[in-house]
Amino acid sequence: MPIDKFKKIQTPAVPLPIENVDTDQIIPARFLKAVERKGFGDNLFRDWRYNKKDEPIVDFVLNQSKFSGQILVGGKNFGSGSSREHAAWSIYDYGFRVVVSSFFADIFKGNALNNGLLPVQVSEEFLEEVFAQIEKDPTSTFSVDLVEQTFVIDATGSSFSFEINSYKKQCLLNGYDDIDFLVSRHEKIAAYEEQ
Amino acid sequence: MKKTLFDKVWDAHVVEQVDGGPNALYIDRHFIHEVTSPVAFGGLEKRGLKVFRPEKTTATPDHNIPTINQHLPIADQLSQNQVDTLTANCEKHGINLYGLNHKWNGIVHVIGPELGLTTPGMTIVCGDSHTSTHGAFGAIAFGIGTSEVEMVLASQCILQPKPKKMLITVNGDLKPGVTSKDIVLYIISKISTSGGTGHFIEFAGDTIEKLSMEARMTICNMSIECGARGGMIAPDETTFEYVKDREFSPQGEEWDKAVAYWKTLKTDEGAVFDTEYHYDAADIEPMITYGTNPGMGMKVTETVPTGEELKGNDKVSFDKSLDYMGLEGGKAIEGKAIDYVFVGSCTNGRIEDLRSFAQFVKGKKKAEDVVAWIVPGSKQVEKQAIEEGLVTILEEAGFVMRQPGCSACLAMNDDKVPAGKYAVSTSNRNFEGRQGPGARTMLASPLVAAAAAITGKITDPRDLL
Repeated sequence: MPIDKFKKIQTPAVPLPIENVDTDQIIPARFLKAVERKGFGDNLFRDWRYNKKDEPIVDFVLNQSKFSGQILVGGKNFGSGSSREHAAWSIYDYGFRVVVSSFFADIFKGNALNNGLLPVQVSEEFLEEVFAQIEKDPTSTFSVDLVEQTFVIDATGSSFSFEINSYKKQCLLNGYDDIDFLVSRHEKIAAYEEQ
Repeated sequence: MKKTLFDKVWDAHVVEQVDGGPNALYIDRHFIHEVTSPVAFGGLEKRGLKVFRPEKTTATPDHNIPTINQHLPIADQLSQNQVDTLTANCEKHGINLYGLNHKWNGIVHVIGPELGLTTPGMTIVCGDSHTSTHGAFGAIAFGIGTSEVEMVLASQCILQPKPKKMLITVNGDLKPGVTSKDIVLYIISKISTSGGTGHFIEFAGDTIEKLSMEARMTICNMSIECGARGGMIAPDETTFEYVKDREFSPQGEEWDKAVAYWKTLKTDEGAVFDTEYHYDAADIEPMITYGTNPGMGMKVTETVPTGEELKGNDKVSFDKSLDYMGLEGGKAIEGKAIDYVFVGSCTNGRIEDLRSFAQFVKGKKKAEDVVAWIVPGSKQVEKQAIEEGLVTILEEAGFVMRQPGCSACLAMNDDKVPAGKYAVSTSNRNFEGRQGPGARTMLASPLVAAAAAITGKITDPRDLL
């Protein structure tokens, strides 16, 4: 289905300074049994967020009221592991629109882009700046502008120019997805098959 | 221009170069299973689209099915619903389905090769990251998300940027007791879980060339665990011999034509890779993981790393991992008591793995306190294990063989390791909670798993050979 158009955002951010956050942590396999895409946000980071009795674990960032916003900031190699798109769905359904890290696993990155969730890859140094700013003041905001491809720490004015494939950028800005594109190519694909 | 094996297969499948980046890549073989396909079919429905080339997709339920009493309805309603949804979608769209109890049912990455659906030079995708397994045949095979499953159903194509190329060679003779699982755990421990990101790997070298197809599949299977999109090995006589005369492999004249083409699928002398790593087989020993990602691997005979050289978030993440595992840096891992042993999965659930495990435990007895799950990768593997007498050997040693499925690799069914318990597992991921909430997974070869199952603790299998 067409994805939501990506708009410029300015919000606080939620810090998750852990490396190699894998897709089994983002959404454990036992929550993959739905046949429709809905409600995955409830089980985002399930086993870090709730204990065995389903009580919130107070230390976990999503359970701390001082953190909020549409930006999730993770340690390097975010999204490693399984191809489950449910990982991107759960982050999006929870309300995040941007994930920031110094490094993303390939499949996760592709899944995020296909669902209107923007993966912003920054340098390790800049990532440290972002974590430091959130620690200093969890209410401070960050601005993400996809047209300009910039991620700005509003409090300091420090800015990072991130990269994105120009085709994917247009898809996100316009709310297009790859399926519409590929279906429009059926004749060309059939011609390839004849070769 | 000099081309790599990867270039040759990729370039032969580009339908269109899209402005601004990705290639529209034609997909020869698409596998689907019950967990990552329902939303894709739902998407097609909403768009009013049909499956473009239903004959190029093959389906099997494997992820959430029980590994006992498969003749009964699945007790878990949600799992049964996913399996029923797969069946209904396949019926509606004319897709071949090998359902539960079908003689060809099994883990998707086990049945593809054994049915001859996987052949050299193909592009193969599935909504499962371990699709990289099929790269052992000289195919470009990689895992995709559900949106991409929908793309393939809708157009038999996928939009992908061309990855970078990595060469990993292993040369020399393997020591006794060292298997392909040890090779791949060793490589990942060297380059880390993100070392291959953005790349597609070619594995080469005389050590790799001497491996059987099953052993090659184990290596390519885990190429995703170092972050690569996939891994592949140039097809050779070993490959052709495996593929010949399988259910769906080319026959007669078609076969000769195919082999002639497959023989061209090798990296040209002088072709350039973006990144290269070279290893000596003599440095590799039986491996086991001690942490919560597959890069945290060590020789069975070593002491658990302390991580003292790490700083900042690296150190915090390392300590968190050891804490989860209940292990202490600087201590030996040999002799550590374990609770569960899992032999199976798309990594090590093939006949050769069961043979290796059975030969090792033959005439020995399973440690009393150990719970062991021996799960064949497919119905065909199960049948062969019975016919070869492996099941008898297993039973005499105190083991029971279950029915095929993904099982405890990702614990979507009832095969869950309880919190705090240690499992030596021949699967591919040791992430927190992967085998059940709180479960502590140690990845290893079928031989290391067999040694642990017999002694009840982490043991160098060479001590018992």
